[in-house]
Amino acid sequence: MEDLLPLPERDIHDIHDFHGIHDASRRRALQALAAGACFVITRPALATPDDLAVALRETFGDREIRKGRVKLELPRLAENGNVVPATVSVESPMTEQDYVRAIHIFSEKNPLPRILEMRLGPHNGRAVVSARIRMATTQQVLAVAEMNDGSLWSAAVDIDVTVSSCT
Amino acid sequence: MTSRIGPARLRVPDRARKGEIVEIRTMVEHPNESGFRHDNMGRPIPRHIVTSLVCTYNGREVFSAKLHPAVTTNPYMTFFLRATESGTLDFRWEDDQGGVTTASHKIDVTA
Repeated sequence: MEDLLPLPERDIHDIHDFHGIHDASRRRALQALAAGACFVITRPALATPDDLAVALRETFGDREIRKGRVKLELPRLAENGNVVPATVSVESPMTEQDYVRAIHIFSEKNPLPRILEMRLGPHNGRAVVSARIRMATTQQVLAVAEMNDGSLWSAAVDIDVTVSSCT
Repeated sequence: MTSRIGPARLRVPDRARKGEIVEIRTMVEHPNESGFRHDNMGRPIPRHIVTSLVCTYNGREVFSAKLHPAVTTNPYMTFFLRATESGTLDFRWEDDQGGVTTASHKIDVTA
């Protein structure tokens, strides 16, 4: 029955030592899932690169995500994780034949891996978008562009966060 | 907490030449509470976020976004648009508690 126990509830204080706890919890969760158990998982304070991998697979399936054609601009150092300006530009002529269909921004270690999804088309003329986002901690941010032919291009940028957004 | 959304602010040119690519800047006033914060009694503050923005140009969708909790308070977003004809740009934001706000801007396109 031990495997069926829900994960312990966490709060912001776990940010500092989530690595250790998380592995054990994850193992237990996976075992429970493997046993076909149905239970409620309390969300951990921070996601892990594994959560990002799951989100990417859910969004894009098994399609290959290549590096290139995408530029992600973020401050190298964010003193305030609550407001981080982000700009994504994609090399694309934005014609009816060749355009960017969508731009996705993902986080490696925010509580949730998805940040923003934007749908574009040839009528936009330029595949450049910007937004202001929250960063829970120092991490890598990933931008993925989906072209009209279905190909996926990406850029990843490291950002240091001095003061976390209040997650 | 009541569902409060808007007002929205737009930065869109009033006129453009046909074929010109113009920048559209948008912001909507919204607490965009992530759902991951706690109040000073340690109780979780319920999530209340803007979940979508859709922009149409003379009725035709030209941009849309799906927002998650990692977007800041007062969500700000910019994109580009090719001005093809005079008309209206309509913007519509929705939040996860049924809140809606709209804004529109007329653009005059000359040859």
